[in-house]
Amino acid sequence: MGDRSEVRLAGTGGQGAILAGIILADAAVRDGKNVVQTQSYGPEARGGASRSEVVISDGEIDFPKVLRPNVTLCMSQEACDRYARQTVKGGVLILDADHVVRAPTTHAVRLPLTTLARQAAGRDVAANVVALGLLAGLTGIVSHESLEHAVRARAPKGTTDVNLKALAAGREAAERFKREHR
Amino acid sequence: MPARLMQGDEACAEGALAGGCRFFAGYPITPATEIAEILARRLPQVGGKFIQMEDEIASMAAVIGASIGGAKAMTATSGPGFSLMQENIGYAAMAEIPCVIVDVQRLGPSTGRPTSPSQGDVMQARWGTHGDHPIIALSPSSVRETLDLTVQAFNFSERYRTPVILLMDEVVGHMRERVELPRAETIKRVERPVTTVPPEWYKPYEDSVSDVPPLVPFGEGYRYHVTGLHHDERGCPTDHLEKIQAWSDRVFRKIDSSLSDIILYEEDGIADANVLVIAYGATARSAWHAVKLARERGGKIGFLKLKTIWPFAEEVVEHAAARLHHVVVPEMNRGQLVLEVERVVARNKVHRVNRTDGEMVHPGDILAAIEERIL
Repeated sequence: MGDRSEVRLAGTGGQGAILAGIILADAAVRDGKNVVQTQSYGPEARGGASRSEVVISDGEIDFPKVLRPNVTLCMSQEACDRYARQTVKGGVLILDADHVVRAPTTHAVRLPLTTLARQAAGRDVAANVVALGLLAGLTGIVSHESLEHAVRARAPKGTTDVNLKALAAGREAAERFKREHR
Repeated sequence: MPARLMQGDEACAEGALAGGCRFFAGYPITPATEIAEILARRLPQVGGKFIQMEDEIASMAAVIGASIGGAKAMTATSGPGFSLMQENIGYAAMAEIPCVIVDVQRLGPSTGRPTSPSQGDVMQARWGTHGDHPIIALSPSSVRETLDLTVQAFNFSERYRTPVILLMDEVVGHMRERVELPRAETIKRVERPVTTVPPEWYKPYEDSVSDVPPLVPFGEGYRYHVTGLHHDERGCPTDHLEKIQAWSDRVFRKIDSSLSDIILYEEDGIADANVLVIAYGATARSAWHAVKLARERGGKIGFLKLKTIWPFAEEVVEHAAARLHHVVVPEMNRGQLVLEVERVVARNKVHRVNRTDGEMVHPGDILAAIEERIL
């Protein structure tokens, strides 16, 4: 159970937390890892709390949900209030500063993911994929190559270019962050 | 075949196709809708038929009709739709029509919480339709197992000429998992037995050769009657008490005499265990995690995962628990299959771990229940 990595992606329905989880899980499969992705959302089509959980391991994955996340992404204040503190010590907490104004810790990676998505891809809703690029760049939990293949395979029809730009923007943000926080 | 990321509902749809399903009738409902969506696309590609019906009552009726017509047929629903299907499931049981009913359980009762998991339909699967009847129900705990057990559900339904229920849950249905798919040629498919007698001699409920008389599809020149009334060998209504009793005896016998084929389970570390954990469906994943944690701390813990939940694995459970003083049974309900465990094992040895708020049973709660018995 030692090599179990847990990622929780949380936001509001419509922000693409669940799709981000699927893309991340797809990338992990391409890396040859074992992976389980689950989701939790309300009955509404949009709005309401939405979260996706991805467990990645080289071995068997028994319990499919997150126990103590190594990586947490919060794309709404509600998600941050609920989940930020559960991140394991030494883990990575990513907050979309465009939606999260109050953070429980100064150790979070706070970046305006929605603004980055708008600037790089022209679409606010690509913030989830910006977050994936950032998350992978900061943690190395999946390879960039696999993540790019996964985005191509899983992005909705006609949005591949938009999402690849968003992914690149997230990756650059990760590099920038690492340079600034060395 | 390479590994891929696959959703449980998708695995159910692919398993149905691999098992020979060529007819689906249903009505969309969370968290089973994906099964219908995928089969709506896939069935026509393999020469099958997909019909979205006006409701679940009609869906179940269409499935029965298709099966009498010779097609391997199924429907997929969740708790509320499963309730509506019950009358016709009883008809299928009475008329001995092979078919597969998938129930991806969500939190009930009523509309409940459509997107949350539950194992609240265990007893509905057994006794949801009225009257004494045998039933087979299988419950998968992973995406790959969903595929395998869907194939198995079709095989059992054809081999025993009975409705078979695949009892999934929202976790397993919506979960995506890395899956290595089986090669097509390795999948064993059971086809419906054919009759050797000419049409004028054929009796669809004749039991002189086997407890499972062959069912000849309508339209092949064999004339017979199908009814929900108690019937004779030809399928015509009867008021002969000995024929009614014979039917009841036979339909139970055909299942009870084949338990070694029907009861599917996995066990681990039972021989030298002090505590036994019995689980099924998504909760088996929580339980297995807890068992491994308890073993890391030095506990001798046996694990029994039931894949067939109806008929209940009486002998397997009795044997596994014979020497033990403690059996832990976690469920995402208020205690349903545990009633069977208590019946077989003795109530004072059985410890329940239940959760009914729409989240999975936490491994920590099962671990606590285990450790309370060891210390």
